[in-house]
This record gives sequence, structure tokens and C-alpha cells, in this order.
Amino acid sequence: MFNKSGRKDTPEINGSSLADIAFLLLIFFLVVTTIDVDTGIGLMLPPIPDDTEPPPVRERNLLNILVNAQGMVLLDGEPSAIPEVKNRVQEFVDNQGVDPNLSESPDDAIVSIKTDRRTPYNVYIDMLDEVMGAYEELRHAASMNRFGVPYSELQSDSPEQQEIRDMYPKKISIAEPDEG
Amino acid sequence: MSRFKKKQAKTKQGVPTSAMPDVVFMLLIFFMVTTVLREVELQVQVDYTRAENIEKIEQKRLVSYIYIGPERLGGGQLGETRVQIDDALVDDMNSIRNIMYDKLMEEPRLIVSLRVDRDSEFGTITDVQQELRHAGTLRINYSTLREI
Repeated sequence: MFNKSGRKDTPEINGSSLADIAFLLLIFFLVVTTIDVDTGIGLMLPPIPDDTEPPPVRERNLLNILVNAQGMVLLDGEPSAIPEVKNRVQEFVDNQGVDPNLSESPDDAIVSIKTDRRTPYNVYIDMLDEVMGAYEELRHAASMNRFGVPYSELQSDSPEQQEIRDMYPKKISIAEPDEG
Repeated sequence: MSRFKKKQAKTKQGVPTSAMPDVVFMLLIFFMVTTVLREVELQVQVDYTRAENIEKIEQKRLVSYIYIGPERLGGGQLGETRVQIDDALVDDMNSIRNIMYDKLMEEPRLIVSLRVDRDSEFGTITDVQQELRHAGTLRINYSTLREI
């Protein structure tokens, strides 16, 4: 008699509600999760200069961009509108030694950016965006020429991408800030 | 006809649901792993700027954030431009280099993401950048949204 009843209700936890519990947790995590991808403009800061003299850079290989306190952009001393910056940078970088006032080769070209203490941040970002866009277009064109594939489609850190990067290295320098 | 009927009656109807908890658990574990629960409490106001030529930061674990913007005071008022690292406002600019240097020692491939309010003036950012250069954390990223 006892034996029989013991066999009848075998100790077993009802597992049918397990799915419900899991669903509840799942919904909680779904709501809480923020899959926001961090996007932004990447840049390498120059290291603090030590006492050794920096290697001399020829004037023609340097494109000075100055953004002043009023949010005006000066390219090598000439005022210019922000949408023009992209074309000017492209001309400068991709000169290949033709114009004696512009860079000798993309590898030598250095874009130097200088700001004032009161430069508005969004103007600076717009300008930087244009510079990045110039390099992006040059790399895209080079990649289409060389491999017939857009630069963005190249696998990251593949030899192909490295080759295009070496063709147009992003040499963007942040000028030393003025004292005071 | 009757033969067909018999066959159909024998086959079991309905999708077996016994594997559903497993599937749900798998999804659950995926979301648990990907969730980043700890979001810093912002003490400064940050409205991002927009830009077109932006890149994604794939490895979120390498990123350390610096927030720069007007301080949030009570009652929706905004104060002076301040710098916030992790949960605290930075009072002394010179302390940034020590904080960032410690972080760099923990994670040598550190990327510093600068989340700056669009209306800030660049002087503060210049100061922060100088500190970052002293700390040796040279890889930075200006956080922006995608231009629509």
C-alpha cells in the first residue's frame, strides 16, 4: 500500500513553467540592453615631443588648417568655407609632385590642424570630418583602381587594405597649442 | 480512403515544445552576455555632433570615456563646462594624466572616446588632449553620431 503510493507521486519538479521564467528574464534583458554602437572620428594624438629636434618638414608638404575663435577656417592662410576643405585636401594630398606648392607624394603630405582656445567644437568636428572624407574618397578611388572593390568592402587588416592605407597614409597632426 | 484516414489519425499532431526552454535559455544567455548594464551617471550635458566619415569602435572593452560639457545643475540649469571621467567630475586637470595612465597600464590598447558637447569651446579639449599625451594614451575617438 505505502509502496504503491510512493511509486505514484515520484518526486519530480514540474518543469513546464521553466520556459515562462526564462521568457521573463529574456524580456527583461531585451528591454535593458542598449545595442548602441560607438561611432566617431578616430585620431592618433602626437606623442609629447622630447628634446630631440623633430625631422624637418618641407613647407610644400605641409597643409596648415587653422580654425579660429569665430569658427572660420584658414587653409594655408587663405580663408575658405568648410565644404571646400575636402577638395583642397584631396588636391594637396594627391598632387604627386605636379604643383610645386603642393605635396610631393601622398606619403609625404601632412595635414596640420591648429585650433584656438575658443574654437567651437562642432566647427572643428565638421572640418575634421571633411579631412577624413577627403582621405576616404582617395582610398576609395585607389581601391577601385587597384582591386575593383570599394575600400569599405576590403576585409579589415587584410594585405589589400594595408596596401591602400600605405598608398594614402592619414598623416594628420595636431599642432602644439599656444601657451596661455 | 479509410486506410488513409487511419494513417493520419495515428500521426501525432502539434509541434514538440519540449526544446523551447533550451532555445529561450540560449537567447537569454546571449542577451545576458551582450548587455552592458553599468552606464555611468552623467553629470554633464552632452549633445553629440554629427559627422559623415565615421568609424565604428568594434572592441567596446578597450574604450574608456571622457565626457566634456556644461555641468548639470538642479532644475535643468547648466553650469560651467566640466570634464567627467567615470563617475566623477574632474576638478584638477593635471589629475587626468594619472587617471588615464593607470587605465593604460590595465589595458595597453586603450581607446579614449571623447564625448563632447557640441557647443563646447575647444580650449577644454586641448587641455584634455595635452593631458592624454602626457599619459601616453594617444588613440582617441571623437564620439559623433552619423549624419542623416
